[in-house]
Amino acid sequence: MSDPSAHPPIDLQSIRWILATDCGSTTTKAILIQKIGNEYRQTQRAEAPTTVEAPFADVTVGVVNAITEIAEVAGRRFIDDNGQIIRPATEHEGCDIYISTSSAGGGLQMMVAGVVAQMTAASAKRAALGAGAIVMDTIAANDRRKPHEQIQRIRELRPDMVLISGGTDGGNIQQVVQIAELIAPAKPRPRFGGEYEMPIIFAGNKEAAPQIRAIFRDGFDLSVVDNLRPVLELENLGPARDKIHDVFLEHVMAHAPGYDKLMTWANAPIMPTPGAVGDILQRIAARDRINAVGVDIGGATTDVFSVFGGTFNRTVSANLGMSYSISNVCAEATMPKVLRWVHLDMDERELRNRVKNKMIRPTTIPQTLEALVFEQAVSREALRLAYLQHKEFATVLKGVQQQRTVGDVFSQEGGNRSLVDNMKLDLLVASGGVLSHAPRMEQTAAMLIDAFEPEGFTTLAKDSIFMMPHLGVLASVHPDAAMHVFERDCLIILGTCVGAKGHAKLGKACFSYRITPSTGSTVSGDMMVGDLKLVRLCEGETAQLEITPDRAFDVGGGPGKSVQRTVRGGQVGIVLDARGRPLELPEDRGACRDLMLRWVKALELYS
Amino acid sequence: MAKAYTPGLKVTPRTLHRVRRSLPIHGDVLVNVGDSVEPTQVVARTFTEGDITPINLANLLGVPAAEVPEAMLKQKGSTVTQGELIARTKGIFGMFKKEAVSPASGTIESISGQTGQLILRGAQQPVDVLAFLAGRVVEVLPHEGAIIESEAMFVQGIFGIGGEAFGPIRVACTKPEQRLDANLILPDMKGAVVIGGARMTVEAIRKAKDIGVAAIISGGIDDQDLKDFLGYDLGVAITGSERVGLTFIITEGFGDIAMATRTHQLLCAMEGKAAAVTGATQIRAGVMRPEIVVPLTSSGGPIAHVIDTGGELALGTQVRLIRDPYFGSIGTVARLPHEQAILGSGSKARVLEVRLDSGEIVVVPRANVELIEG
Repeated sequence: MSDPSAHPPIDLQSIRWILATDCGSTTTKAILIQKIGNEYRQTQRAEAPTTVEAPFADVTVGVVNAITEIAEVAGRRFIDDNGQIIRPATEHEGCDIYISTSSAGGGLQMMVAGVVAQMTAASAKRAALGAGAIVMDTIAANDRRKPHEQIQRIRELRPDMVLISGGTDGGNIQQVVQIAELIAPAKPRPRFGGEYEMPIIFAGNKEAAPQIRAIFRDGFDLSVVDNLRPVLELENLGPARDKIHDVFLEHVMAHAPGYDKLMTWANAPIMPTPGAVGDILQRIAARDRINAVGVDIGGATTDVFSVFGGTFNRTVSANLGMSYSISNVCAEATMPKVLRWVHLDMDERELRNRVKNKMIRPTTIPQTLEALVFEQAVSREALRLAYLQHKEFATVLKGVQQQRTVGDVFSQEGGNRSLVDNMKLDLLVASGGVLSHAPRMEQTAAMLIDAFEPEGFTTLAKDSIFMMPHLGVLASVHPDAAMHVFERDCLIILGTCVGAKGHAKLGKACFSYRITPSTGSTVSGDMMVGDLKLVRLCEGETAQLEITPDRAFDVGGGPGKSVQRTVRGGQVGIVLDARGRPLELPEDRGACRDLMLRWVKALELYS
Repeated sequence: MAKAYTPGLKVTPRTLHRVRRSLPIHGDVLVNVGDSVEPTQVVARTFTEGDITPINLANLLGVPAAEVPEAMLKQKGSTVTQGELIARTKGIFGMFKKEAVSPASGTIESISGQTGQLILRGAQQPVDVLAFLAGRVVEVLPHEGAIIESEAMFVQGIFGIGGEAFGPIRVACTKPEQRLDANLILPDMKGAVVIGGARMTVEAIRKAKDIGVAAIISGGIDDQDLKDFLGYDLGVAITGSERVGLTFIITEGFGDIAMATRTHQLLCAMEGKAAAVTGATQIRAGVMRPEIVVPLTSSGGPIAHVIDTGGELALGTQVRLIRDPYFGSIGTVARLPHEQAILGSGSKARVLEVRLDSGEIVVVPRANVELIEG
């Protein structure tokens, strides 16, 4: 880990003012957290353009601008006349802690390699993704590419660092050495200029370390850490992940414009933005003993985070996004798949041009209702595809060492076993422009339900102003403050979705319901297959919900078994979903449009 | 007066234009400050290391990896040619010897007794950077390249396909709203930069390619035509490296859309002059737009300085509407209300009022306009 002496211990009791920034690719977002009474609350926010690129070429310019904005709205000075953050706080100025995350300049970009694509290479990929990296490519002995094709690919990439794994400790060393022999002569060049040597992290068979050292002796900065698959049944990603963070700070950040200064300002190591989001989600899931999924859909990429049974996984779908990548979403999903979510008549040829125009002018926003409906249809497909990729990837336990049997390994190779189980999903958190800025909360809820298809009882929420990165890094310094803010200011609870798993013909019985709110009278009724129903239940309220499914359906108790739960209300309320799982829409465009129109009315999406 | 900043594309009749031409890795700069350069002149050159060919000799020879070094007939550092014998086993009592020949020409970089793998490095490959702009070298970037300057007409497109191309301007469409059909592409346009009007059809692009046209510039293209021509659906707007036989650039967007009158008039006025164009487009991380540059030799008219940041959105400014329901319309800013408005979509956003050429005044989000900069 990073040298702790660089960040001296802080007396948590004395902390009253906390400043946090997230330096994104285009915008630097600052939030102010204050201790009010005995709890911490997020009180102000501001943003300014990120200044990593010319003409400023110094990330701290944007940070100072964002903090200055905060200072104006808070009526409190945080930057002194020398451009330094004022610390510690006095009665009238300054803050006690300053922390930051960063994804500026494209974030952390890595190449990973392993011997077997489904085993050591997959573990290496998980370590990199868990550390918050974008994995540009995964090289493996069995990735079906010829050696010269692999070499060509390595030469084309300009990663920030390379992670190599392969072999169990004491096992075969030839194959991992062979992979290293391909990478070294290909001489991958680092992204930020050519002034420093390419960092290589080796986390493979420890007995291959001497050969690996010899291969990467000249022109590389090699670090050897504990094997991330010391034996076949064990995955040990911690040391590799810590080393990735260290190298990120020491090499990548240190060479990005202004980061040397930013690092000296911060009270905790700067974290890659997605790494911080993953950390806070894990903390919440662990504290509340729940399974959670978080999604952040951006213009270019979609990140999905999940914690199931304490196991964290993260995936980045590099070309699934709502502006730069919108054309790719339509190409991957196909236009008929996108249009099934549209209840209006639209001309496909015209839509194709609109998609491309959004791609080349990514900052435009939908002006008409028709344009909004179409964008939200595209988002459902982007989210659906990203979640599909996540489910296929999230197959192995991460972080702390956890035993798995060899039998598990082989069953996973077939790609049949995902850790993601929608019936066990308790909390689904949305963030990213199309979800956060939807004009109506019902639209956000509908996009989540249609794309993720939660089963049983699932709380739906959205990150109010994409605060999770700030809170992730804050949690490493002051966990209590992070938790206070997460619960009170970060999450906006939309409500609860009840989804029935199973299939039957449209119009057949699906389940009956009985809802007893904490205040107000009981409502009950029957849901037929294909029905959607919205029952308003305000934020802060709860209700006793009893669902009795038909024998073809399951809401968590098993087929036909009744389930009772206390559920949370929210900005939307309770959504009863009797459309079945997996969700299937009619192939016929007219029938599909009519059904969609029914659902639009049921959820009051566009009225 | 209310003001705001918004991005825009440059359309400049005369500017002191500078281009930075640099190598991807360090190399030799072949020009000096003050030199006059031609567009296709090489200003900097370097060499990249040759391709690598890994050869699994242990498999080829059928011996354990550890025995490969002693079977080598050529040692590390030796130069070998394709088909040349490089290794031979001892065999059994001098019989059943196995041999391996080199599958490519190059230099032996390493021989591994651990894996039995030989790494062969091919010949270095030159990387050249051309001047692109006919003009004068005003700065040499040591080991990197040069900055070249010239008075020029400068137009940015919105999207392009293909890399750098050069040729004289030829006008195919005399009006900006005229569609660029195949019948307007003539055999004597070979090697030219052809100016269209509205949408370029896939038939026109194919004919231009067959004739050997250097580049086509028009207002729009139908996405289906682009897909038909490329043979795949373009997913992400990072272009410029395509090898499709010509470069093409659209100035307005996708669909049946006329080129802005001012852009069209400017390009038509350059007929016969030598142009340099590039279709390279990148929307993310360091935005790059296609460019059309025509160096101007004689002085005439005032010089506008191109500013790289966005411009000021003020009353009377000419803007292009870049999103439906008014996509492609051009007008002037009539009002910049400070307060947010509720759009037809239900979203709240800051808006502006635009007076269209027809006289109609429409309200659009500020995010949905683009300056037409001079």
